[in-house]
Amino acid sequence: MMKRLMLLMLGLAAASSAPAVLAQKKYDTGANDTEIRIGSTNPYSGPASAYGTIGRTEAAYFRMINDQGGINGRKITFISLDDGYSPPRTVEQVRKLVEQDQVLFLAGTLGTPPNSAIHKYVNARGIPHIFVNTGATKWGDPKNFPWTMGFNINYQAEGGIYARYILDTKPDAKIAILFQNDDYGKDYVKGLKDGLGDKAAKMIVAEASYEVTDPTVDSQIVTLKASGADTFYNVTTPKFAAQAIRKVHDMDWRPLHILNNVSLSVGSVLTPAGLDKSVGLITAAYYKDPLDPQWQNDPAMKEYSAWFRKYYPEGDIKDAFNVTGYLIAQGVVHVLKACGDDLTRANVMKQMASIRDLQLPMMLPGIKWNTSADDYFLIESAQLARFDGKEWVRFGPVLGK
Amino acid sequence: MNPAAAPLPAAPIRYAGLSARTWKAIGLAALLCAAAALPFLVSSYRTFQFNLVLIYAIVLLGLNILTGYNGQISLGHGAFYAIGAYVAAILMDQFGWPYWATLPVAGAACFVFGFLFGLPALRLRGHYLALATFALAVAMPQILKYKHIEHWTGGVQGIVILKPQAPFGLGITPDQWLYLFTLAVLLVMFAIGWNLLRGRIGRALVAIRDHPVAAEAMGVPAALYKTLAFGVSALFTGVAGALGAVVVQFVAPDSFTALLSISFMIGIVIGGVASISGAFYGALFLQFVPNFADQISKAAPWAIYGVFLLAFVYLMPAGVAGFVRLAWMRMRGLRGRGETSPHRAGV
Amino acid sequence: MEAFLHQVFSGLATGGIYASLALALVMIYQSTNHINFAQGEMAMFSTYLAWSMIDAGMPYWWAFLLTVSISFVAGVAIERIIIRPVENAPVLSVVTVFVALLVIFNSVAGWIFTYTIKTFPSPFPEQPLFGNRYVSSHELGSIGITLLVLLALYLFFRFTPLGLAMRAAAQNPLSSRLAGIRVGWMLALGWGLAAAVGAVAGMLVAPIVYLEPNMMSGVLLYAFAAALVGGIDNPFGAVVGGFLVGVLENLVGAYVIGTELKLTVALVLIVGVLLFKPAGMFGRVFVSRV
Repeated sequence: MMKRLMLLMLGLAAASSAPAVLAQKKYDTGANDTEIRIGSTNPYSGPASAYGTIGRTEAAYFRMINDQGGINGRKITFISLDDGYSPPRTVEQVRKLVEQDQVLFLAGTLGTPPNSAIHKYVNARGIPHIFVNTGATKWGDPKNFPWTMGFNINYQAEGGIYARYILDTKPDAKIAILFQNDDYGKDYVKGLKDGLGDKAAKMIVAEASYEVTDPTVDSQIVTLKASGADTFYNVTTPKFAAQAIRKVHDMDWRPLHILNNVSLSVGSVLTPAGLDKSVGLITAAYYKDPLDPQWQNDPAMKEYSAWFRKYYPEGDIKDAFNVTGYLIAQGVVHVLKACGDDLTRANVMKQMASIRDLQLPMMLPGIKWNTSADDYFLIESAQLARFDGKEWVRFGPVLGK
Repeated sequence: MNPAAAPLPAAPIRYAGLSARTWKAIGLAALLCAAAALPFLVSSYRTFQFNLVLIYAIVLLGLNILTGYNGQISLGHGAFYAIGAYVAAILMDQFGWPYWATLPVAGAACFVFGFLFGLPALRLRGHYLALATFALAVAMPQILKYKHIEHWTGGVQGIVILKPQAPFGLGITPDQWLYLFTLAVLLVMFAIGWNLLRGRIGRALVAIRDHPVAAEAMGVPAALYKTLAFGVSALFTGVAGALGAVVVQFVAPDSFTALLSISFMIGIVIGGVASISGAFYGALFLQFVPNFADQISKAAPWAIYGVFLLAFVYLMPAGVAGFVRLAWMRMRGLRGRGETSPHRAGV
Repeated sequence: MEAFLHQVFSGLATGGIYASLALALVMIYQSTNHINFAQGEMAMFSTYLAWSMIDAGMPYWWAFLLTVSISFVAGVAIERIIIRPVENAPVLSVVTVFVALLVIFNSVAGWIFTYTIKTFPSPFPEQPLFGNRYVSSHELGSIGITLLVLLALYLFFRFTPLGLAMRAAAQNPLSSRLAGIRVGWMLALGWGLAAAVGAVAGMLVAPIVYLEPNMMSGVLLYAFAAALVGGIDNPFGAVVGGFLVGVLENLVGAYVIGTELKLTVALVLIVGVLLFKPAGMFGRVFVSRV
């Protein structure tokens, strides 16, 4: 009895001294005074394993956060599982994360098909499913899927930026398109077509697709060149982008060459393709590329390089995918800090949907993150840039919202 | 020479007054009870996993009918699995069919498709057949993405399916219900498979595998049996594919890559070629070993998986089923009849 | 017309890639009667070895020779250590071991060398030969080397005692053993040769497709197709098959069905060929004795 009274008094004393803090400490499954559990899936094995490095980068960033004492004293436990880019396995792994590992939320799950497979499940259960690492438009649908929010600039919006650029600078362009035969490729094509409007049918003179199992895209480039196009819309992932850039140059085809953002990496795409062969490429950029010389003395880049060498030495700094992982991890940390001591799933989602003008150092100047309860698109702006043989020279205003 | 086809020694060895056959029946019944009770004992995530195990077991039984018993190697069963899954998904999504009604249609569609594929396959032998079926597996995702059938297949985006609820006001979760439903389907399929393989047809299939010319001389219509084996094998796989679609609630071309077909092949090797029980061991391997490998190493999970594959093939050359059989016989003090090798004629 | 010629020549160039790997497949098939699913990944790994040496400053041809030798030894070692235990196992068990090798090589390469693409140097000049606009010197040179390797293999198997012994060991192990041929070592030698041919293929492919861990997975599919069309037991057939598949695929994609189904149509055509020539165009017809 004495003991209980003592406890009560102690409690009262504590409550009177810091009432706000005590009242606000709220947790859902996956968070407590010392730990926050976050789940993710990435393809660490299989044909898409080139993206696995993004998950490793995220893990490395959270290691640094933990070394610095965590967030408000809570360590981050980041559980990233391999799904091999196979949707059935994603479902299984995500159920493991949610039901067995009891994560507070999911962040940075990669790929449109894998995420499509878990879309309904996480929303039915009310698990925040944020920084979804693909650019499909469906990740920004707060009415029907309030628990899901994407990370990348959405592919269709980016396609729209290129469409506007073509309409402004080359209204009678004859466009040839090369795209990867999957959701990502088709979204980019749709964005361009929607942007061109009713002129699309007249302006687009040739389309060719490739499969990720194709050894080369040479044949496609030959076909596209033969169409007589003077504008080339290149929707390819790094290896194929490098092949295409080289082949276009080697065939003496000199179109207005628009390269999708996915493959703008100077170190892992343009250098292998040949920097001289990449001159004149146009892209829409939104983050800083590690090998672009213009950022050599940029403090943010210096910090990134130092961090990379210390926490992810086995990785390849040339790989621009790592920047994506870095940004996602920083975004997660930002949201968690905003959550304070209210680590409920509802609050995670609320904070995710209340990002205002967040300028992360590795994003291009002027490109800010903004979300709200009815705007679930995180990155909505980009700036056009032209490659001059050494670096991406940005031009024009920041486009989009 | 699967466990079922290789009858126990005729001498009636009795334990506690019951014959070995009775003991076996009791064992099976106990196993079945345990399987039925499982979803009420483990978490719903585990239930989901074991549900997939059951589905893979149906596939592996189907593949074994063709490859194990009939000696036709297929590296393309992922394609039949995909067809079954898409048939179910399209019927549910576009025509509002209930999930259970899609199974017979999926099975029938795959039977027809498999039968038709079996006709040209008659002309191919050994490696040529293996690679031709592999071609089917490689082509499947591209076909599913094709733009002119996009309004059916959902193209690259795939089809999302609603999860069925438990009927009749049963107070169980959808996961538990689907598991039990799958278990029931599995029992039906295994009963069919067991009857097929133990009887005249099974003997004919094995005869064609081991002595094709002799079988034909004995009046076995080899061509018919071989195409039928293809059809039936595809039917099993198609039914499993439909179940897989319902359980995962999503189909997309990326779910059915050539790797899936190779996994199925691995499943029957690990489980035991030409063995009915092997289907379960193989299914357990397919379900759990990749995750286990992922837990060991994030840097190179496939390397760990490969090492597991090697270990299983070395340590259990006749598959887990063969290993269990041997251990069982040793335990009973019988001389194992040497290495059980169900394979002849290059299987 | 210009575009058509471009398609044909680019098809020949990629066909040369398929042919060189198909040649390695046929090598193993000839000496062991197995189709090696890991052939592509072994070639990829060999290419990484060469890349590391060149990256460390070694001249190209030294790295080339050293890589081919190391690959030969590694091939022999793999046969002796990994394949030997399943020598008498059924085909499917052996295929499983191949799949295991495939995933191990793929994963380990990604782990050590990361997945970013790497440029691999070509020994041939940058400028196209003879001022042609259709084929790069590297592509032409690769085709030349593939044909040279084919010729060398032909002479080896036809005229040298060792080559004859290897063929005998593969075709009739029992009689060969009685004739005093060490069958086991012949198999190992076959693996070594195949790994060496694969290494050459990898080093020829890498400058075209860029070096990365999944470099060969697509190529392997087409090499299978090439070997099927040409006949899995005939090196000459494999090379012809490679070129045929390369050109066919391009033309089908460009003029018949469009790129979205070109792989499918190419595969259908190949299976179609098999229906008329079940052992490929140049393969030996299988006769079973009762």
